Amino acid sequence: MDRYSGRRFVIGGICVVVAFVFVAKLFVLQIMNPEYKQYADRNVLRRIVQYPSRGLIYDRNGKLIVYNQAAYDLVVIPREVKSFDTLEICSILEIQKQELVDGLKKAKDFSRYRPSILVSQISSMQYAILQERLFRFPGFFVQLRSLRQYEHKTGAHFLGYIGEVDAELVKKDSYYKPGDYIGKSGIERFYEKELRGRNGVSFYMVDVHNQIKGPYMNGKLDTLAQRGKNLTTSIDVGLQEYGEQLMRNKVGSVVAIEPSTGEILCLVSSPTYDPSLMIGRSLSKNYSKLVTDSLRPLFNRALMSQYPPGSIFKIAQGLIALNNNLVTWDTGFPCNKSLVHCHNHPAPNNMGLAVQYSCNPYFYQVFKRIIETGRYPNKFLDSEYGLDRWRSQMLNFGFGQKLGLDLPGEKKGSLPSSKLYNKLYGEHRWAFTTIYSLGIGQGEVMVVPVQMANLAATIANRGYYITPHVVKKIDNRSDMITQKFKRHDINIQKRYFEYMANAMQAVVADRGGTGGQARVDGITVCGKTGTAQNPHGDDHSVFICFAPKDNPKIAMAVYVENAGQGGEWAAPIAGLMIEKYLKDTIPTYRKAQEKKIMDANLLHRYIMQNFFRKKR
Amino acid sequence: MAKANNIWKNIDWVTVIIYAVLVLLGWMNIYAAVYNEEHRYIFDMSRQYGKQLIWIVAAVLIAVSVMNVDSKFFTSFAYVFYGVTILLLMAVLVLGKKVNGARSWFEIGDFRLQPSEFAKYATVLAVSQYIGSMGFNLKKRSSILKLTMILAIPAILILLQPDAGSALVYGILILVLFREGMSGVILFFGFLIALLFILALVLSKLTLLIVMVLMCFVAYAMLRQRFIEALKGLGMITGLTLLLMGVEAISHIGLEPWLCLLGSSIFFGTLFFLFAYRDKIIHVSLIIWIFFGSILFTSTVDYSFHHFLEAHQQNRINDLLGISSDPLGAGWNVHQSMIAIGSGGFFGKGFLQGTQTKFDFVPEQSTDFIFCTVGEEWGFVGALVIISLFIFLLLRLLRMADRQHSTFSRVYGYGTACILFFHFAVNIAMTIKLAPVIGIPLPFFSYGGSSLWSFTLLLFTFIRLDANRLERF
Repeated sequence: MDRYSGRRFVIGGICVVVAFVFVAKLFVLQIMNPEYKQYADRNVLRRIVQYPSRGLIYDRNGKLIVYNQAAYDLVVIPREVKSFDTLEICSILEIQKQELVDGLKKAKDFSRYRPSILVSQISSMQYAILQERLFRFPGFFVQLRSLRQYEHKTGAHFLGYIGEVDAELVKKDSYYKPGDYIGKSGIERFYEKELRGRNGVSFYMVDVHNQIKGPYMNGKLDTLAQRGKNLTTSIDVGLQEYGEQLMRNKVGSVVAIEPSTGEILCLVSSPTYDPSLMIGRSLSKNYSKLVTDSLRPLFNRALMSQYPPGSIFKIAQGLIALNNNLVTWDTGFPCNKSLVHCHNHPAPNNMGLAVQYSCNPYFYQVFKRIIETGRYPNKFLDSEYGLDRWRSQMLNFGFGQKLGLDLPGEKKGSLPSSKLYNKLYGEHRWAFTTIYSLGIGQGEVMVVPVQMANLAATIANRGYYITPHVVKKIDNRSDMITQKFKRHDINIQKRYFEYMANAMQAVVADRGGTGGQARVDGITVCGKTGTAQNPHGDDHSVFICFAPKDNPKIAMAVYVENAGQGGEWAAPIAGLMIEKYLKDTIPTYRKAQEKKIMDANLLHRYIMQNFFRKKR
Repeated sequence: MAKANNIWKNIDWVTVIIYAVLVLLGWMNIYAAVYNEEHRYIFDMSRQYGKQLIWIVAAVLIAVSVMNVDSKFFTSFAYVFYGVTILLLMAVLVLGKKVNGARSWFEIGDFRLQPSEFAKYATVLAVSQYIGSMGFNLKKRSSILKLTMILAIPAILILLQPDAGSALVYGILILVLFREGMSGVILFFGFLIALLFILALVLSKLTLLIVMVLMCFVAYAMLRQRFIEALKGLGMITGLTLLLMGVEAISHIGLEPWLCLLGSSIFFGTLFFLFAYRDKIIHVSLIIWIFFGSILFTSTVDYSFHHFLEAHQQNRINDLLGISSDPLGAGWNVHQSMIAIGSGGFFGKGFLQGTQTKFDFVPEQSTDFIFCTVGEEWGFVGALVIISLFIFLLLRLLRMADRQHSTFSRVYGYGTACILFFHFAVNIAMTIKLAPVIGIPLPFFSYGGSSLWSFTLLLFTFIRLDANRLERF
């Protein structure tokens, strides 16, 4: 034994101290820190979502409008990417090299270990080529997606489109993950929950390369995907397409409703666009093109454009006056042009003739009786009372409020109340003479086209309407829809509606009627023209109608901006639409009219109007 | 002494059994670490666990052969072995196969050999032979120089591969010299340098200086038992520092606080040193020498850290010391390793139930990070068992080493224990973030033929020497 043998214990002591440090650290790691367990779970568990196919959309006759087509996303996991032939991948995908480089950098910034989409929606042709060569590009994968496809180039506005969900919604709604698709407008948006179905979720265990190693807990927690529900719309695709053709190169809207059910037969907003522009990789490019177009093709005028209704408003005006016993059907007023301008026409000796000739002074008087009730000696107070009573009855027609369609973005229009005028002119500083133009559908009153069509449907039904809607059946069941869209009674005697229908028949049928161009052989069409004064430019051409008179099948509103007289443009469009819907063919004698309308280009008037509006 | 010559009776069977247990547990954990549903069969020769079995069988053959060699063989051939391995280390730099940026392997067909593993064995033999030789004297400068050469040549050759981890192993042999009578002060300075290195990286200049000044006064107070004096000195330095900071506040000449403290401590340090020199107070002079030395050393740390270490080594150290955190990049291995071990809990997830290692989240899970499988599947209990086995083995080897009669055998025993200790300590420490990631295997446990064989050679040579301990040579 040498004199340094004690040092063995120093060395042994160092070993023991190290071991103690290890044990202490392991104690902290393994026993004091439960979060490592969660980290480990997070590492291996993958929630894989199975996207169900989105519901199909049919027209009222069972014609397919919207369906799905497979598309493929190229996905990359940066960590696994080895050096590869960038030129080859670029030429397959038809992208620039810079695009690929930027995409890879973005993916790397997101995560080196998680997949991110490099190029979305590559075509099936590109996919077929890529699939064969994918083994040469480690780290690249292809993920299946489904895209919307359109059988007809029509109905873009009510169909809407789907796009990637916003980051904000992802935060609010846990159903969606970044990159998921969601309905952005139209039916796609309103019926998103029905159309999307339910995502299936499977939990898998994966390794560090994100490769699946097996189901987690033998799939006990997994759920199956449920396909989206198919929707049958009430739209007649043929009619919709025809309406869009007639409205070509015009600004405005055509809305047709089946009066007995409230089903919308067509919802034309012009100018429109091809719905297939809003799919796939070109969506964002096309969207920005459409959104900057000065004609605003993305704007659904049928629901969103608020117009002065013009003369068609006289019908509702008359009905209210009749029902409140302020006038009778036989009441006559002279056509006194000093009250309000008018055109030359025979004397309006009863309301029927007044409607037929669309006499402005007549309805000036009618509206005067509605507003000046005589309840208060003070004419200001009296007008206030009268206006609010009028407004409450007008609300029954669905004006000044959202009708409650099954489409997003509907506008209310506006029915002015005493509050509005008090704000504009001051309390007790306005009376009938201030607001008389409301009587002929001008001034502060605003109506959206679908409300006008709804007025036509109300008269067709002789006193009630059913909330208009575009979807008839969800997965071939209509009970949900019929429960949701209810009947609304106007609370005006039915006989007054009958009178009005007669007068509207005369508007179309009589020799002096303003709506002669809406005539259809063998079918009694009832209509009312309007020429809405437009302080900014040419007047708007308006027409509402329904047909046949008895047991009506279609009620319609046509609104053509800056087109002038109601009888000149809106009425013939309505006539052709009725021919198309009720007879399915346009008779040869009307072909010339059809051609004239289809070829007419009124866009310059709209453009001029906006040009001067901006200048002012 | 017929009894003494019966080797099989004198074998230290306890060590052999611990060895066997460790090797078999290692094999089992390699199986679990790279387990694959498609290859459940533990004897599947296409998998690492199948191959490891071959290495184990070969290791047993090596062990048996070593036991049958005359113990004089090791002393006679120590330098020859050493020479051969040095040649191999040189050859591998030229002929070696580059794997992960390092030329550490000979590849002959499917067979791979890592000479640096065997170099440890040969070097320990050579060191033992040299220290055991007649001419060796720790007090002679030429002896120290020669010993340093013996250690430095393989270390430098391995550094050239480059494989810093395997090169560092030779440093641990300083413990052997300590056992043979080297002054403990050298160990103390080694420890101090390591501590200063870490502190210099972690602390700001001001904090580091404050710590150093405080340590000096604590040392002074302890050594001379004069607490009031220490406080007075501290007060003087603080006063001058504050004064300098006041000057700075008025004049704005760019005196940062640490410069103020440095100035005042150098001023008073010099002053105290002169007094101590006059009164011949050795403690104080020593403390001040160490203090100045430390200041010089720490000022070079930043430079040497950035210039002598590779980027990945810097990153690993930064990650370890918490200077930077990048769990997806430089810290990925350690982060995943901690998750694996931490998620094991008290009893572990159970055999083959680990997900971190099996699904490749932990890299090198069958070699350098094999301890993760133990921690994940066997939990705290399993880790405790493995650590205990190693410590038991190490303490037993130290005891066995001290019972040797010849210096050669004793030094060889200590060398063996130190090499095993270094691997054990560094390997486990890096998996639980107590040391930077240094790629060295866990002895007997990690997958790999070269390392298993070299550790077997190392250990069984000592068992052979020990079985012969009564023999004189």
